[in-house]
Amino acid sequence: MSGPTGGAAAPSPSEQDGPASESRSVKDRSAESQSPESQSAESQSAESQNQPPALRVSDLTVAYHRKPVIWDVEFSIPQGKLVGVVGPNGAGKSTLLKAIMDLIPRASGRVEVFGQPYAKSRRRVGYVPQRESVDWDFPVDALDVVTMGLYRQIGWCMPVRRRHREAALEALARVGIADLAHRQISQLSGGQQQRTFLARALVQDADLYLMDEPLAAVDAATEAAIMELMRQMQVDGKTALVIHHDLQSVPDYFDHVVLLNMRVVATGQTDEVFTTENLQKTYGGRLTLLDEATEAMRRRERSI
Amino acid sequence: MSEHWWRLISLQDHNTRVVILGTAMLGFAAGLVGCFTLLRRRALVGDALAHATLPGIAIAFLWVTAAGGDGKALPNLLVGATLSGMLGIASILIIRRGSRIKEDAALGIVLSVFFGAGVALLGVVQQTSTGNAAGLESFIFGKTATMVASDARLIGWASAGCAITCGLLFKELKLLCFDESFAGSRGYPVVILDAALMAIVVVVTIIGLQAVGLVLVIALLVIPAASARFWTDHLPTMLVLASLFGMTGCLFGAAGSALVPRLPSGAMIVLTTSAGFAVSFLIGFRTGWLVRWWRRLRLGASIDRQHLLRELYELFEQSPGRTSVSMTELLAARSWSSSRLRRILFHASRDGWITENISHSEFALTQRGQAEARRLVRRHRLWELYLIHHADVAPQRVDRDADAIEHVLDAETVAELETLLDAELGRARMPEDPHAAAGREGYE
Repeated sequence: MSGPTGGAAAPSPSEQDGPASESRSVKDRSAESQSPESQSAESQSAESQNQPPALRVSDLTVAYHRKPVIWDVEFSIPQGKLVGVVGPNGAGKSTLLKAIMDLIPRASGRVEVFGQPYAKSRRRVGYVPQRESVDWDFPVDALDVVTMGLYRQIGWCMPVRRRHREAALEALARVGIADLAHRQISQLSGGQQQRTFLARALVQDADLYLMDEPLAAVDAATEAAIMELMRQMQVDGKTALVIHHDLQSVPDYFDHVVLLNMRVVATGQTDEVFTTENLQKTYGGRLTLLDEATEAMRRRERSI
Repeated sequence: MSEHWWRLISLQDHNTRVVILGTAMLGFAAGLVGCFTLLRRRALVGDALAHATLPGIAIAFLWVTAAGGDGKALPNLLVGATLSGMLGIASILIIRRGSRIKEDAALGIVLSVFFGAGVALLGVVQQTSTGNAAGLESFIFGKTATMVASDARLIGWASAGCAITCGLLFKELKLLCFDESFAGSRGYPVVILDAALMAIVVVVTIIGLQAVGLVLVIALLVIPAASARFWTDHLPTMLVLASLFGMTGCLFGAAGSALVPRLPSGAMIVLTTSAGFAVSFLIGFRTGWLVRWWRRLRLGASIDRQHLLRELYELFEQSPGRTSVSMTELLAARSWSSSRLRRILFHASRDGWITENISHSEFALTQRGQAEARRLVRRHRLWELYLIHHADVAPQRVDRDADAIEHVLDAETVAELETLLDAELGRARMPEDPHAAAGREGYE
């Protein structure tokens, strides 16, 4: 990585101060600026010490009509991890992903992807939206959908060419449905539709994947195939942040978890954080007081 | 009359030629652009936009007349129409953002308020001006007769512009319509793309005002695109078809209104275009009524055949050594009427699944039928087993549930069922009939 941070070649203290002083300007950041290095020193090998985290979210708050959906969310994901995001309905999981990608305005907070703002590292991020978020009766076939992952590469106003179609076909082969490339998307089963979405993210060859419930309502074979693929991606050094709904399989599938219910209840290694107590905090205790306060504020606003 | 027809068809008349060419180009562009608005679910915005142009037309006329110019010059009127139409769109956005009123209500409000204001202003126009205002109403219902060569040229250039924009932005617009949030995540400026789409809708609406009229111009944006959808699942094909539908609809509509004096061309164009829609609805290859009816018929026949084969297999299974079954037995086994059973048997024997022993009027399975029946019974019982063991369905209810779903099982699902049930079932063995098993358990 020819990173802008200077890397291992220039370890002079004055230079290291550069990025640190920048983050210090954000409140409460002076102590935090030390922690990623110490964290990675524990868990990572020496050569990755200077790698920025794949994703760092700090102080992120998103509100719809002044009702906060996620509140002061803060976590960081080292590179090469398979991370599950778990939380009840309405906990703001999809909102978190969308806010990371600047798809919805955020009330406050900062997101860094490989040490840079999202707009600069967009190329390295692959997004798998929720399957239900699109109209599957749309007049395109599976190959067309996968090719959409390459549109940025193809460029504005330029047509899709043979090599792009070949790359898309290869991505479809990786998810195991190359034979369905020319099938209209409404004729695909739920699992096959999900695989198509996954192939669309894969074809970009990104380094960080953000996936919104890729395992929701898919058949067992698809679930196994997707997990196999994710493990392969991890071997290749990719990072994935995956919203997941099935608590039982979390310890089998993910190294890291983020427990989310409007705010981050806990985050870290699955074996340390994924405990009954934390789960109860995530699913049981709602933030009743915060809820009530914001609801009252909204009611007053309606009346004005 | 026939001479009139001939002049029209051979395009001898300069004026007819202008009108026909102009409207055809309009229909082409509207069909093309309409596909994207239809897929983006923004079809009604075009309607509100069109209605919102009326006050602009009236004000432009008053202004230019007051300044001493020719109030009815088309370019001035269209500039007024564009500005007021865009003001209408802006009002929709403001109402939606600034209040809790939903989009459909905002559309309704803007559409009616602007149209009402326009009608009122037209009244003012008629009172103040000295008679040459007659003809402004033709913008409401459309009047191709007033079209001159320069108007047709304007329509031609604008349509070409729309077509080129759609062509250049084809893949970007496709992505916008299909998956907005993915487009955003890749860094496409969704708002600007939406604005670009809206801009070509504005252009099509404005050039359509004169020929089709502002009340009906929405039909050109929606109907050809919706008709094309009945024929294809392929977006480029859909674009081509919608353009053709729009073009032919406009051609025949304009020709029709040229034949019948005093008939608003907008109405004629909408009627001819919707005739195309009706045809597509009935016989469209993809989801037309006829195709769906045929598919239903085929599915029904295939289900009947499967039931027959299964029934025969199970009858032979119950009494080993038997090779043929009489019609009475089959009638008793299923709730088929005798005429229906006769039809099912006829088709099955024609297709080589069963043979008929005419002298005894008994039926036997052919070798091919035997294999197929075995496959069907096996699939049925696998599914029944699955329902009993994994979905907690009582054995008495299983047959009906299994019947409802199993006809849609594909090979992949059957393979999955087999892996799932492998523990309960030797690999190649035929599972036992769960009803028989349940009955036996009951006796024991």
